[in-house]
Amino acid sequence: MTDTQEKRFTAYDIDGKEPIVKYRKISKSFGDNEVLKEIDFDLYPGERVAIIGPSGSGKTTMARLLMTLETPTAGTIEVDGRHLWHKEVNGKLVPADEKHLHEVRGDIGMVFQHFNLFPHMTIMRNLTEAPVKVLGLPKKEAEERAKEMLEKVGMSEKAKDYPASLSGGQQQRVAIARALVMRPKVMLFDEPTSALDPETVGEVLNVIKDIAKQGDMSMMLITHEMSFAREVADRVCFFDEGKIQEQGPPSEIFTNPETERLREFLKGFNVNGNGESQ
Amino acid sequence: MTGGEGIPPALWNKATSDFPCTERKDVIPIDVYSRVLPLLLDGFVVTIQLVIFAGFLSFVMSFVGGLARLSRFAPVRWVAGFIIEFFRGTSLLVQLFWLYYALPLLGVTLPTGLVGIVALMLNYGSYGSEIVRSSILAIPKGQTEAAIALNMTPFQRMKSIILPQAFRIMLPSFGNLMIELMKGTALVALITIPDMTYYIKEARNTIGHDTQLFSMLLVAYFIIGIALTMLFRWLERKFSAGRV
Amino acid sequence: MVWKWDFTFNEVIPRLLEVIEVTINATLGAFAFAVMVGLVLALLRRSDRKWISWPTYGFIEFIRLTPPLVQLFFIFFVFPHLFGLTLSPMVAGILGLGIHYSTYLSEVYRAGIESVPKGQWEAATALNFSPLQKWKSVILPQAIRPILPVMGNYLIVLFKETPLLSAIGLMELVGMAKGIGAETFRYTEPFTIVGILFLILSYSASLLVKRMELKLDLNRR
Repeated sequence: MTDTQEKRFTAYDIDGKEPIVKYRKISKSFGDNEVLKEIDFDLYPGERVAIIGPSGSGKTTMARLLMTLETPTAGTIEVDGRHLWHKEVNGKLVPADEKHLHEVRGDIGMVFQHFNLFPHMTIMRNLTEAPVKVLGLPKKEAEERAKEMLEKVGMSEKAKDYPASLSGGQQQRVAIARALVMRPKVMLFDEPTSALDPETVGEVLNVIKDIAKQGDMSMMLITHEMSFAREVADRVCFFDEGKIQEQGPPSEIFTNPETERLREFLKGFNVNGNGESQ
Repeated sequence: MTGGEGIPPALWNKATSDFPCTERKDVIPIDVYSRVLPLLLDGFVVTIQLVIFAGFLSFVMSFVGGLARLSRFAPVRWVAGFIIEFFRGTSLLVQLFWLYYALPLLGVTLPTGLVGIVALMLNYGSYGSEIVRSSILAIPKGQTEAAIALNMTPFQRMKSIILPQAFRIMLPSFGNLMIELMKGTALVALITIPDMTYYIKEARNTIGHDTQLFSMLLVAYFIIGIALTMLFRWLERKFSAGRV
Repeated sequence: MVWKWDFTFNEVIPRLLEVIEVTINATLGAFAFAVMVGLVLALLRRSDRKWISWPTYGFIEFIRLTPPLVQLFFIFFVFPHLFGLTLSPMVAGILGLGIHYSTYLSEVYRAGIESVPKGQWEAATALNFSPLQKWKSVILPQAIRPILPVMGNYLIVLFKETPLLSAIGLMELVGMAKGIGAETFRYTEPFTIVGILFLILSYSASLLVKRMELKLDLNRR
């Protein structure tokens, strides 16, 4: 893929690697509104892709389809070589049942715009509930894991508190830790800072940057923070009107947008050639 | 103070049952209390039993009905919806009388006490189903989505994420429902179950003194009502402990 | 014992339809009473004077926590001793159910009154309305509109409580069903038909209330 003929579409080294996630001709409609139109999209193991685009462009739906929160209208998604929304019965693809979804979506984790912490559980319980109930870890081990992750996001001191007593930024950091303890292969971030007060956006972005640096996890970052996207992502995908209009390494996308749509979109963010907000 | 104390009970009953609803002059008002209190206590025990058993069963039915109405399977939803609407749409007393008078003629005779409990359960359980249903629907969608993202099974989502939160929303409504049920238990006197109301009506027929009798009865129910109110306030506090 | 259709059609249904009017009159009478007394209770409850608001609260709680059946007995059997007036079952019934549900409606009024934005009170004061004018032309019209569907639901609840009146001898639907049963020793048909009548009436009334709710919602926008 790195040959000189074809334009590089990611800064990540994908030589000899198979995509961990494959979207093939994925369409999604809500009533008459077609939000995704026959999308083909690959995500490589360890690759970090930022998805940008105006609201209503279908970028959130991309993540929600992979997390099995929405059902595709048409097309297939594969995760680590297995169909997500379908299963093979006698060589034919039939719609997946809950049992099949349960088996496959264990590889995926998600961080939501509105955190969605469980308000009736302490921070510690928020982190250990799924490892104990879903992964079947002994409680002690789950707590060890949880402590480690809380350390990572700088929230160790709040382990015994309830979510309502935390700020938005703190809640989002806990939500990130909660997704991490499940050790997913692919992490989805759905506009993780859009619902935050401006002063707490930084702390959450820093946590995500740290994770991006350390891990070999694939990440799909849906974001409006252009400088963040530029710093963290190996690839930037620009969505508009239900299609990928343009994609490439951040250096290309932000400095040298090819399409008029992307130029217009970036103008709205007041981004200079370095992808820095002014 | 000793009104009719000297008369043997059998004679007393005989003498008075011939003249229902007339005030017995030898029973002075203050004496009514000492005479009727033991009866009222017997009835009190029955009323409390009804509240506890019927309350518990309605509570169970509320969850079964409420969850059935939210089932993934349409026929389950329809059946549950029909049963709930049926018992909400007809009146408790009609249900009691139907089970008491009409059911035996169709070949099914239940013990009278059971008729009372079953009717109370069906009626208040149907109202309770709506409480459960609406409380579950009131939990934000994001909670279910977060649980899916953590790969919880539908059962785990319901049990550890949705129901604990919905339960807090339900509690005040269940408190009101239990008070309605407590008041509803008085109706079983009309199918001869010997609860407080039944005994007081009997006493009225033998010794009269309506004012004292029915005031006592009202106060007795009021005490149970206050106790229930306090119980549910305590539960609400308990289930919100530690949380903002 | 099997269901008898000719008995149902020739005896049960005609005799029940004869008294359906009694049930409806009792419902409407008690509701009208509850609507008026409920408003009075709501206003007394709001009074700044503790010696008015507290006893009102106590009264509301006492009525709310005791069975309407016992309250009916109290009114029917005790009022003659206390006040020397003997009430007909219908009047005692309207009074009893009316008082019981007035405490519920007072809560509904309270919620409605509290939903009126503070600015409306201030505007009424700024326009120098008298307290009576303020309530009559500014607050109550706005408070009552959103609570109309809730009041409609209480009308249905009240309707389903009217069978209690058979316990003090009123010949409404249930009283008549019991009467037919006692005469003919056939209870199945009368009580089944009464149940169906209640179901039809309360269900169609609840559909009406839903429509009203929708209409009020639409008009709001």
